[in-house]
Amino acid sequence: MGYGAEIVTMVQLTLARHTRRKGAQDQRSKLMSDNTENRPQKPKSFQAIILALQNYWARHGCAILQPYDMEVGAGTFHPATTLRSLGTNPWAAAYVQPSRRPTDGRYGENPNRLQHYYQYQVLIKPSPPNLQELYLGSLEAIGINMDLHDIRFVEDDWESPTLGAWGLGWEVWCDGMEVSQFTYFQQVGGHDCHPVSGELTYGLERLAMYVLGVDHVMDMPFNDPDAPIPMTYRDVFKQTEEEYARWNFDVANTEVLLRQFEEAEAHCKVILDEAPVDPKTGKRIIMVHPAYDQCIKASHIFNLLDARGVISVTERQAYIGRVRALSKMCADAFVLTRAGGYSEDAA
Amino acid sequence: MPDLLIELFSEEIPARMQRRAAEDLQKLMTNGLVEAGLTYASAACFSTPRRLALAVEGMLDASPRQVEERKGPKADAPEKAIEGFLRGAGLTRDQLEERETPKGKILFAKIEKPGRPAAEIVAEVLEHTIRNFPWPKSMRWGTGSLKWVRPLHSIVCVMSAEDGVEVVPFELDGITAGDVTYGHRFLAPAVIKVSGFEDYEAKLKRAFVVLNACERAGTIWHDATNMAFAAGMEVVEDEGLLKEVSGLVEWPVVLMGPIGADFLELPAEVLQTSMREHQKFFSVRNTKTGRIEKFITVANRTTADEGATILAGNEKVLGARLSDAKFFWENDLRVATSDEGMATWVKALENVTFHNKLGTQAELIERMAVLARELAPMVGADPDEAKEAARLAKADLSSEMVYEFPELQGLMGSYYARAAGKSDAVADAAREHYAPLGPSDDVPTAPVSVAVALAEKIDKLTGFWAIDEKPTGSKDPFALRRAALGVIRILVENRVALSLDQHLDSELLKYELTQLRPTAPEPDLFTLESTLAEIADHGVFGAAFRTVVDRIKHSDTHPFVPDVSDGSLLQTVAVRVQAKSADLLSFLHDRLKVYLKDQGVRHDIIDACIAMPGNDDLTLLVKRAKALSETLKTDDGENLIQGFKRANNILTQAEEADGVEYSYGADVKFAEVDEERALFKALDEAEATITPAMEAQDFTTAMSAMASLRGPIDGFFDAVQVNSDNGTIRRNRLNLLSRIRTICTSVADLTKIDG
Repeated sequence: MGYGAEIVTMVQLTLARHTRRKGAQDQRSKLMSDNTENRPQKPKSFQAIILALQNYWARHGCAILQPYDMEVGAGTFHPATTLRSLGTNPWAAAYVQPSRRPTDGRYGENPNRLQHYYQYQVLIKPSPPNLQELYLGSLEAIGINMDLHDIRFVEDDWESPTLGAWGLGWEVWCDGMEVSQFTYFQQVGGHDCHPVSGELTYGLERLAMYVLGVDHVMDMPFNDPDAPIPMTYRDVFKQTEEEYARWNFDVANTEVLLRQFEEAEAHCKVILDEAPVDPKTGKRIIMVHPAYDQCIKASHIFNLLDARGVISVTERQAYIGRVRALSKMCADAFVLTRAGGYSEDAA
Repeated sequence: MPDLLIELFSEEIPARMQRRAAEDLQKLMTNGLVEAGLTYASAACFSTPRRLALAVEGMLDASPRQVEERKGPKADAPEKAIEGFLRGAGLTRDQLEERETPKGKILFAKIEKPGRPAAEIVAEVLEHTIRNFPWPKSMRWGTGSLKWVRPLHSIVCVMSAEDGVEVVPFELDGITAGDVTYGHRFLAPAVIKVSGFEDYEAKLKRAFVVLNACERAGTIWHDATNMAFAAGMEVVEDEGLLKEVSGLVEWPVVLMGPIGADFLELPAEVLQTSMREHQKFFSVRNTKTGRIEKFITVANRTTADEGATILAGNEKVLGARLSDAKFFWENDLRVATSDEGMATWVKALENVTFHNKLGTQAELIERMAVLARELAPMVGADPDEAKEAARLAKADLSSEMVYEFPELQGLMGSYYARAAGKSDAVADAAREHYAPLGPSDDVPTAPVSVAVALAEKIDKLTGFWAIDEKPTGSKDPFALRRAALGVIRILVENRVALSLDQHLDSELLKYELTQLRPTAPEPDLFTLESTLAEIADHGVFGAAFRTVVDRIKHSDTHPFVPDVSDGSLLQTVAVRVQAKSADLLSFLHDRLKVYLKDQGVRHDIIDACIAMPGNDDLTLLVKRAKALSETLKTDDGENLIQGFKRANNILTQAEEADGVEYSYGADVKFAEVDEERALFKALDEAEATITPAMEAQDFTTAMSAMASLRGPIDGFFDAVQVNSDNGTIRRNRLNLLSRIRTICTSVADLTKIDG
């Protein structure tokens, strides 16, 4: 069995709408021929799995973006997801995002907890009707044999209090292991999503360990184990996990962090308070992304403070509320830009 | 008489919503059909992770023709009025009927509503049902505006009768109803064409979908218990999990696997909770060792390798989860057994707010500790041990394990306390002090646990009363009704004699003082602090307060006189403390009524006992109520009430008329007849039994002695007229009735008994 031809037709239909105006007819015909290849070889390394996902989603019409160059807690924070899920413009993007969760640090000793890990993120707007099948196809693409495994969609409503966002969906289980989050965005930054984006998030390490049959993340081959210089996840990340765990939990200067939080918060507001029209160029340039960078910064600093244990339960809510206020401001501003569906003619 | 089959096929519906959703589908559809005139013989609903289905049997093929008669204006009414009526009825003038009535000629319209074909009605009702479906949470998808729990993909809507199958023409936001559905997502994803419910259910089963959730649950439980039994083990029962799991699969396949040896030493509750919450696994217990040694998972499919890959994957995931649990367990144990021990955790709770008006968790713990120490002697606990237990009972809220699994609070505390070398009583109190959590939950019985559990609940109740956050109507966000029931059950079921007034007053006053300390004038504070110190000696706030105020007034050593004038701070606080305490006690009495009603004790009986002194001792109160309730179940008791009421009525009327109270001892020498003398004798005898019984709080004996008065009282009333013409004899008889009243109201205020 397979999701073969049937899927391509459906996704092609969806993507056709996205690409029509760009006149990318030739690319579309390419999409079809790509899919005739055989079931992929079982990957042997972490990076092979990432590359398989990249290829799969590229083949299915997504723009393959690169990681956002800032510290974030999850791939969702990448503006390609948060901001681009707003407004009416179609969008299809996939990317790897290094993510940091300071409280999850275990000095690289826990078999599957890391303070720095990779997420793979896909966002398609509007969500295509065959998104579940597309998703399952991606599991096949990384070597999960659909005939032997038990894949389940288990209720998991997603909510990001810091992004003022929520959606409904599932965590996807493969043999009892959560391998992805699958979400239909309903609201982001306090704005209703019209159309709705479908978001997929894969926890790459966990997924790869599963596919590769590795019990401890540090034992996982990072590159091809037959390469002249084979490297494991340990070779790449064990030391950094130790360093960051010590820093996150015990050393990070909380006074500095608290100050930086305040600064980022203030800065974000200041940027958005600027007049929409740039006095130098005379163009309408709302600086959403620079402001949003400050929001991301504040969010990460909050996570660090949390790991240092200096935020009480009551304060916690207040901090989250402050970050949410920033993301909401950014969302408000984004929908007034071209990428957010704003048209100067209409205004 | 066609049958109707509806299936709404969607992406995966959350397990917890399926059952209810199927019922809602049935309710909304059948209500709508019947309302439109389509009655039916029977209906049934079904759910799987991807579909809701409804089967209706023996439905009318069309709604019956209906004729409605409408009364209009008078025949000679203005043209405009008649026109309006015609428009409303959709008729012409010549179709109206004129009828002679006492009010003159009136126009009547007969409006015929032709019957409508079932398909038309079904389509209408189905659209309304889908658009107004009461999902707890619903969503949009793609570019559409339709809302459903997850994207809705297809709809089956067919009517089948002897003469064939009809697809109900129906379209909704781009989805056209048809007669096709799909089998299991992986095992049989192809299209299935269905002609009616039986065909549908059978074809689904061939396509690896068991439509009926109960059937799935049955299979799971049957296979799980068999598999465990074959291994000499047993599955730990978990009704909720079984329900959930049967909502996660269309084709259940039960698999059993081992728990890694590394994890078998974790507390059983940790294993169970981790497996249930994270993995939806059942726990399998080795009947010989009593340990949880295996798990059971339910897959949604068969595989060529008979589940080997699936099981291996699940085992690995479990290993990862449990190594997390083990990490928490070992870290927590390290803290608990360190020099500072669990106190580290309590200290961390200084940063955790309990309620913004009631301070931090650490403050709460300190209040509990003081109160537990005060309560200890009443429940037979060692005061210092109770205090220590209260200090540690909530420490585990800072532990990593409880952070991960909040439902293990208390339980983990008890493991950690034991590891830290605390006494069993202290460790057990951590586990038991939240109890009872419900009407059927066990009540703690060990003295230290009782003291801490009571302290926890009394602190909670008085705290929320102090800040005016008591439950209203259906709103009880802080579960204060449960706390009240907890206090009642702990006291009553352990037969603890405890005067609540003193403790409610003290705690409420403590809250007042916490508020006042920063700002109130020194004399007022001094007065209230002294009162607090003396409440225990006086039993209630009022008496202690008056004594303290008097003493300060007449003392030379205090350079001030407390201001207790109306509207003064002291006066206001005193009134508030007493009012809140009374209100809280009456709340407890209300909950007690609910509690006793469940045990078959009537409301009026409880009211009769609440009217007696000492009603803040709930154990005493319940003793009275039970004795009275038992007595009232006997004929003698029932009749005694009648006799008592008769005596009381005559007496009360006479007292009102004469303006005196007849409480002077009656004298047998004025008795005129034998029955009167017999009553004197009976009262003497009863009193001889009742007085010592009352002293021993043996209400049952007292009540049965009272019940023995029934015959003599009845005899007395049959034989004599109380209101004799002879004033002396009348007075004597009234005084005799007064004796009846005094005796009969020694256990409870019988005037409050119904009937």
